[in-house]
Amino acid sequence: MAADSGDKFSVLLPTYNERENLPLVVWLLVRTFRQSGNNFEIIIIDDGSPDGTQEIAEQLEKIYGSDKIIVREIISILFSSGTAYIHGMKHATGNFIVIMDADLSHHVSLYSIKQKEGNFDIVSGTRYKGNGGVYGWDLKRKLISRGANFITQVLLRPGASDLTGSFRLYRKEVLQKLMEKCVSKGYVFQMEMIVRARQLGYTIGEVPISFVDRVYGESKLGGNEIVSFLKGLLTLFATT
Amino acid sequence: VAMTKLGQWLCGVALLGSAWAALALAPPGLRLPAPYRQALLPLPVYLLVAFGCYSLATVGYRLATFNDCEEAAAELQEHISAAREDLRRRGLRF
Repeated sequence: MAADSGDKFSVLLPTYNERENLPLVVWLLVRTFRQSGNNFEIIIIDDGSPDGTQEIAEQLEKIYGSDKIIVREIISILFSSGTAYIHGMKHATGNFIVIMDADLSHHVSLYSIKQKEGNFDIVSGTRYKGNGGVYGWDLKRKLISRGANFITQVLLRPGASDLTGSFRLYRKEVLQKLMEKCVSKGYVFQMEMIVRARQLGYTIGEVPISFVDRVYGESKLGGNEIVSFLKGLLTLFATT
Repeated sequence: VAMTKLGQWLCGVALLGSAWAALALAPPGLRLPAPYRQALLPLPVYLLVAFGCYSLATVGYRLATFNDCEEAAAELQEHISAAREDLRRRGLRF
């Protein structure tokens, strides 16, 4: 597939203790972009990880070239994706920004295709539609996920089926505008981005993604997470 | 300035609530025939119960049709092995 010579994709990868996952994610991204012929760069923003993530990132920079892999370090008291994105965007030279967790990297090329299809301002991955889905989730986790999503849809009517998915593509100007307007922290921030985007009239396309999460390590979904999710949701309900 | 979702809900509840109160609780001067009033009175409760049933049915359906991505997981495992090999060859020290 021939690439539109104008487009360049900047992938922002905030990392904290992702020494094991990072090489795999980068390898998959490089491979996907090369196959689809798109121009790209990967910006790794490490929050002072004590496990040597930065060292591995620098090795990857040597292997793939510093025009393709850019490594930056920030030290923040509380690791927040928002800070990482702001920092990462300063170095991004692409006109499209891909935001993803460093533990999942499927379907990047699908995103660029989908964007072209509808000339969307934002393309968001969804686990709930089409052949999107999850792997290795037990019934309880699926129930909580669907239940939380249902409440979110009723309260926020966001116009996107999956607000907490970890995989998005934005036009650079759109992301900059949204980052100015959004005030939440953590993953509520991700939800707020979509809600604000709808309010500002941006177009959102969706792509089904397979959420094979946590290549290494366990994902936690306990009482605390649920409570903080509800708090975040109610805050968005009252303020957007 | 756009109204918040909470604001929209409060407006909606206020509107519907006052309409219901006017018709069902029947202050003097606005009297519907008795059978209509009796039917309208429990309407809010009925609607809540109906919404509850709809919610349970919807979440249940979505839970049942939540896809399991066996293929994607297997594919990812393959990719991981390929990645480790390739990176090792290129000099990455894990």
